[in-house]
Amino acid sequence: MSCEKMETRILAYVDGRLKESERAEVEKHLVGCATCRLRVNEFRAVTDLLDELPVIEPSGAFNARVHALIAAEPQKRRDWLAWFTPSPRIAFAASMLLLLTVWLGSQPRPEPQIPVTDLPVVENADYDVISSFSPLSDLSQAPDDDSNDSDSQQPQQQPM
Amino acid sequence: MTRSDVQLMLDVKAGDQQSFELLLQRYRTPLVNFLYRMVRSREQAEDLAQEVFLRVYRAREDYEPSAKFTTWLFRIATNLALNSVRDHRYQKLEVSMDAPITVDAEDGEERMMEVADEHPDIEQHLVEETRKKMIRHAIEKLPEKQRAAVLLHKYQELDYAEISKILQCSESALKSLLFRAYETLRVELAPLVAKAAK
Repeated sequence: MSCEKMETRILAYVDGRLKESERAEVEKHLVGCATCRLRVNEFRAVTDLLDELPVIEPSGAFNARVHALIAAEPQKRRDWLAWFTPSPRIAFAASMLLLLTVWLGSQPRPEPQIPVTDLPVVENADYDVISSFSPLSDLSQAPDDDSNDSDSQQPQQQPM
Repeated sequence: MTRSDVQLMLDVKAGDQQSFELLLQRYRTPLVNFLYRMVRSREQAEDLAQEVFLRVYRAREDYEPSAKFTTWLFRIATNLALNSVRDHRYQKLEVSMDAPITVDAEDGEERMMEVADEHPDIEQHLVEETRKKMIRHAIEKLPEKQRAAVLLHKYQELDYAEISKILQCSESALKSLLFRAYETLRVELAPLVAKAAK
C-alpha cells in the first residue's frame, strides 16, 4: 500500500472502523513507513485532544421553548369545514379559469370552413348534361320571358 | 424495551406526542453540542436546535423511514448551522475588530484576561483553560464543511455513509475532507500533539 492510499484509511484505522483485511493491510504498511507511523500517532493525539472539550447541557427552558414553538404552529383543519376555508391557490385557479372563459367567449367565431375533401361527391347523378346545355347563340336572344320584365319595359303612354 | 428512533418518529406521525418528547429528550444534548461547536454561541445553538425540533414536528405527517433518523435530524441541523455561520460571518468580523482581548469565549461570556495567581491550582486551571481554548479555536478555524464533518465523525460517532448523506457528498470525498481537516488540526495543535504523540 502507498502512503497516498493511507490518506483515505488512516483516520478509519485510528477510529477502529476498518475491516479486518484493510486493517491488516494498513499495519503491514506501517511496519515499513516511519512517516505514516508518526502520522497515525499524531492523528490519535488529535482525537484524544478533541475528547477534552466539555459537553454542555441545554438550558432548563429548552423543552418549554420547543413546546411553545409547536403550540404556536397553525393547526391543520382536517374536518369537513376545511373545504370551506378560503384557499389562495384555489381562488387564484378559479379566477384564472373565469378569465379564460370570458376571454374565449369574447373572441369572434370564424366561419366554419368546409374542407374540399369533406364536400359531398355526387356520383351517377340522374342529370342529362348534354340535353340541358344551351348553345351560346341562344344566349344572344332575349328570352321570351324577359318581355314581361317590368324593369326593361318602357313606360307606356297613358291614353289621353 | 427501548423503541428505535424510527419507531418513535412513526408513532409521532400517528399522533403520539409522548414519542416526540422521548425524541426531544434523546437528541437535545447532542444537537445543542453539535450546533454550539458549529456556531460558537450557546444562545444561537439553542435557538437552532429548537428550530430543528420544530421542523421535525412539522414534517411528521410526511415522514417516511427511508434513511436513519439521525441522518435526517443532523442533516436539518447541519443545513441550519451552515446557513447561520454564513449569515453571521460578516457580522462576526465586524464585532471582532472592536472586541477586547479575551482568554475565553466559553458559553458566550467574554472574560477579560487575568494574570495568573501564584496559587498552583489556579495556574493549573489556566493551563487547562488555555489548552481547551486552543482546541476550540482549532476547530473553529476549520472551513464550515470540514468542521461539520469532524463534529459528526468525532462527537456524534456517525458512520461515513451517514455523514456523506448529511453533507451531500460521496464517501471518498468525505474521507478526503476528514483527512484534510485532521491535517489542519494536527498543525494547529502541534505543540499539544507533539507532547501527546511522543
